[in-house]
Amino acid sequence: MSKQPLIELQNISFQYEQTKVLKDLSMSVEQGDYIALLGPNGSGKSTLLKIILGLLKPTEGKIRLFGETASKFKNREWIGYVSQKSNAFNGGFPATVKEVVASGLTKKLGLFKRRAANQEQLIDEALEAVDMRSFKNRNIGELSGGQQQRVFIARALISKPKMLILDEPTVGIDRENVAIFYALMEKLNRELHMTLILVTHDLNVIEKDITKVACLNGKIHYFGSKEGYEALTKEEISTWYSYSVQQEGTR
Amino acid sequence: MISSIFQYDFLQNAFLSGMVIGLLAPLLGVFIVVRRLSLIADALSHVTLAGIAGSLYLSQTFVGLATLNPLYLGIGSAVLGSVLIEKLRVVYKHFSELAIPIIMSAGLGLSAIFISLAQGFSTDLFSYLFGSVSAVSRQDLWIVIGIALIVCLFIFAFYKELFVSSFDGDYARASGLKTKHIQMLFMIITALVIAASMRIVGILLVSSLITLPVAAAMRVAKSFKHMVIYSMVFGEISVIVGLVSAFYLDLAPGGTIVITSIIILLVVMLINKLKTSKVS
Repeated sequence: MSKQPLIELQNISFQYEQTKVLKDLSMSVEQGDYIALLGPNGSGKSTLLKIILGLLKPTEGKIRLFGETASKFKNREWIGYVSQKSNAFNGGFPATVKEVVASGLTKKLGLFKRRAANQEQLIDEALEAVDMRSFKNRNIGELSGGQQQRVFIARALISKPKMLILDEPTVGIDRENVAIFYALMEKLNRELHMTLILVTHDLNVIEKDITKVACLNGKIHYFGSKEGYEALTKEEISTWYSYSVQQEGTR
Repeated sequence: MISSIFQYDFLQNAFLSGMVIGLLAPLLGVFIVVRRLSLIADALSHVTLAGIAGSLYLSQTFVGLATLNPLYLGIGSAVLGSVLIEKLRVVYKHFSELAIPIIMSAGLGLSAIFISLAQGFSTDLFSYLFGSVSAVSRQDLWIVIGIALIVCLFIFAFYKELFVSSFDGDYARASGLKTKHIQMLFMIITALVIAASMRIVGILLVSSLITLPVAAAMRVAKSFKHMVIYSMVFGEISVIVGLVSAFYLDLAPGGTIVITSIIILLVVMLINKLKTSKVS
C-alpha cells in the first residue's frame, strides 16, 4: 500500500467572526501515528479537531482525508470521535450501554437498516475491547465518568474506524482510570495499528507510547517526532505558549 | 359497554382515530422529549389553531369553501410553523428557545383575529380546542391514518439517526450524519402528528398526549427501547379510558384523556417511590 497520509491539512486558517483562531496551519497524519496534540487553553485544539471532523469549515486552506477532498469524503465512519466527557451527552438520557454502543453503527448502516446482522457480536467485541462487557445492560447514566468514557470508545470502535480522534478524553476522570484509559489507547495503536490523535495535558503519562507531538497555539509551532520534541529547550516551548495569533494582526 | 360504542359510525371514527393517535403521539413524543422540544409541540399546536380558525372563517365567508375540512389548513399551518421555528432557532443561535414564544404568539394572535372575524366561538371551534367524541368524520379518520403511515415510515427510516442525534449531537455530526436535515424533517413530522392528534384531544391539550405518557415511561424504563414501548402503552390506555369516559359522562375527551394520563403518571411515580423505599 502506498504511504498516503490519512489526513492532510494545507494552510488552514480559521476565524470566528473577528477572532482569529488558527493561522496557516499545515500538517499530515500517517497510518499508525499516535499523536499528542498539545497547547494551552484557547490555542485552537478543539477547533482543529472540529475542522478535521467536518463540524467546522476552515476560512482558508485545503483538507484531504484518506486522499480525498474533505467535502467529497463519504466515509466519515472511518474516523472515530471521542469528545470530552463533560459535554459528551445528555446526562439523564434513558439508554443502556448496549444502545449507546450500537448507535456507533448508525452511519455505517445507513437509512432503513435497523441493525447489523451480527450486531450483538459487534457490541460484545467493542465492549470487550474496553473491558466493559459486564455493563452491557446497565443504564449509561449510572456509570462513573471513566466507565462512560470507555463506553464512548466502544461506540467509536464498533464501526471499525481506521483512526480515532479524542478531545481531552481524561478530563474529570480519576487517576486510576486514566491509567487504564491510556493502556487501552496504547493497545489500540500497537496491536491494531490504529491511528490516534489525542488532545491532552498528560504528556508525561503517555510519553512512552506516542510517536509524534504537535504543539498548537494559533499555529503549529512544532510537529514531529517525540524525540525531536524532547530535544527542545524549555525557552523554546515557553515562547510558543505565550504566542498569540491575535497580536500578529490581520494581514 | 364498549360494544355499544361501535353501533354508531361517528363513534367508530373517534375511537379508531383515537387508538391510532394514542400510539402515534407518544411514539414521536419520546423523541420530542429527549430532544428537549416539549414546549415546541405547544407552540406548534397554537399555530395549528390559527389554521383551523382561518379555515372556519373562510368556510363561513365563502360559500364555495363551506365544506372544506379545517384539518387541511390546520396541517398546512402547522408544517409552515415548524419550518419557521427551525429557521428562528438558527437565527437566535444562542437563545434558540425564543423561537417558541415568537411562533406561539403569532399563532395565537392570528387565531384571535380569525375567531373574531368569524364572530366568536362556535361549537365547532370548541371541539377543536378540547377534542370531541362526536365531531370526528370518516375523512378525519383517513387523514389520521395517512399521517400515521407517514410517521411510521419516518421513524422506521430514521430511528437510529434520531437516537444518536438526540443522545449526542456533536458525535452524530462528526460521524457524518446530516443532523440539520434530520431535525427539519423531524419538525415537519411533529407538525403532522400535532395536527392529527388535535381532532381527538384538542389543540390546547395535544402536547400533553405527546409528553405525559413519556414522562411516566421515563420513570420505569430501563432502556430507550423500553421507553418507546411503555410510552405507547400509557398513551393508548389514556386515550381508550379517556374516550370511553368522555362518551358516557358527556365530557370533552381532551380533558378525560389528559387527566387519565396524569393519573397514570402519578401511579407510576408512587409505585417507583414505594419500590425504592423498600430497597433502602
